[in-house]
Amino acid sequence: MKVPEKPVTGVTFEELAMPLFDQLYNFARWLAQDTAEAEDLVQETYAKALRGFSSFQAGTNFRAWMYRILRNSFLSSRTGLKTMVAIDGEADENLLPAEDITPESILIEQANREMVQEALTELSVPFREILLLCEVEEMSYQEISETLVIPVGTVMSRLFRARKALRVLLRKRIEGGRDGV
Amino acid sequence: MACEQGRGKLDAYLDGELGPAEASVLGVHLRACAACAAEALGRVQMKRAVHVAGTRYAVSAELRDRIAKSIAPKTRRESGWHWQILAIPALLVLILSVAVNFYAGRENARRQRVYSELADLHVAALASAAPVDVVSTDRHTVKPWFQGKIPFTFNLPELQGSEFTLLGGRVTYFAQTPGAHLIYQVRKHEVSVFIFQDRTFGDHGEETATLPTGPVHALSFNAESWAQGGLRCFVVGDVGPEEIQALSKLLRDAG
Repeated sequence: MKVPEKPVTGVTFEELAMPLFDQLYNFARWLAQDTAEAEDLVQETYAKALRGFSSFQAGTNFRAWMYRILRNSFLSSRTGLKTMVAIDGEADENLLPAEDITPESILIEQANREMVQEALTELSVPFREILLLCEVEEMSYQEISETLVIPVGTVMSRLFRARKALRVLLRKRIEGGRDGV
Repeated sequence: MACEQGRGKLDAYLDGELGPAEASVLGVHLRACAACAAEALGRVQMKRAVHVAGTRYAVSAELRDRIAKSIAPKTRRESGWHWQILAIPALLVLILSVAVNFYAGRENARRQRVYSELADLHVAALASAAPVDVVSTDRHTVKPWFQGKIPFTFNLPELQGSEFTLLGGRVTYFAQTPGAHLIYQVRKHEVSVFIFQDRTFGDHGEETATLPTGPVHALSFNAESWAQGGLRCFVVGDVGPEEIQALSKLLRDAG
């Protein structure tokens, strides 16, 4: 869904924010891994955003701004403080894929949605959130950069690492499934 | 483009983040290289799988309603309060204004009725064959004449040295209440002086306080009215306001 990058004069907060509601909740639910906590997060996000809307600078990305508020709310929550882990070596990451045999080809055959969901859940929060922002929210690198408050280069390297980690998790599951059969 | 170099840029290419020139070069390579094309296809499938898997959680209608209400109706309610805060005083001012205008209009109508009636009495007396019942220029003759005819007494001024002449008096009625009607002459004009008990007007719904003290112009006549010692006096005539005021002053000074 396209959201205007610049709030038009006279457009209310409600008109800009409510179209993002479903995606924000989905994102919050993925981060918190708990329905009640996700609901609290979304509610807190909207309350904070409404209070800060008058200071929202025209020309900046409203969607990225909303996601950043939600993410910051999550990071300052008890769950968020526990789940966020430091990621080492992001800037020096080699962006080349590590394996010749990719699990993607297997996924073409299996298309196991639940398996991907389980793998996403297992990912660390920094990897999970950047994958969700890129693949689910279809944000540009620049938007992700604004949302996570990290440089675009870091977005690229973290995204690469996240995809690689997801492939590893999927490989384990696929191989475990084959071993079980 | 070498395969290794191409695969390093494949994610950015599939994410739509590669510049046009680089994207074009990589596109050419993918069409020529089956291995890299298969790799690209696999990553597209992965992106698609994550997209589908990631779109997982549906929000409850209850939460949506709760948040929608928390951000939308609140602002409307606030604007409603602002509207009420502004509207209530405005409404009060409007009501007050209407009430004042209504009251003022009603009082003005009352005054008009009083002066119209007095003007009628003045004209009727002058049109009469006997405008006065007691004909005398002497105040000491005219004043006693009213004794027993009206329920009050009054003083009349000494006119020596003034331009006014007392012609006489008669008993008159206003709202079925007796009063004194005196006629004075100034040059060739007759001027009526009416004296009633002040309560006459209150008793008949004509509030004394609403009758003006001072000069009045009504129905082509000049007039002046004042209350003094429980009596209400009116001077009515077709002379100028200066003469009306001069006679009024003489009467007030005598009272």
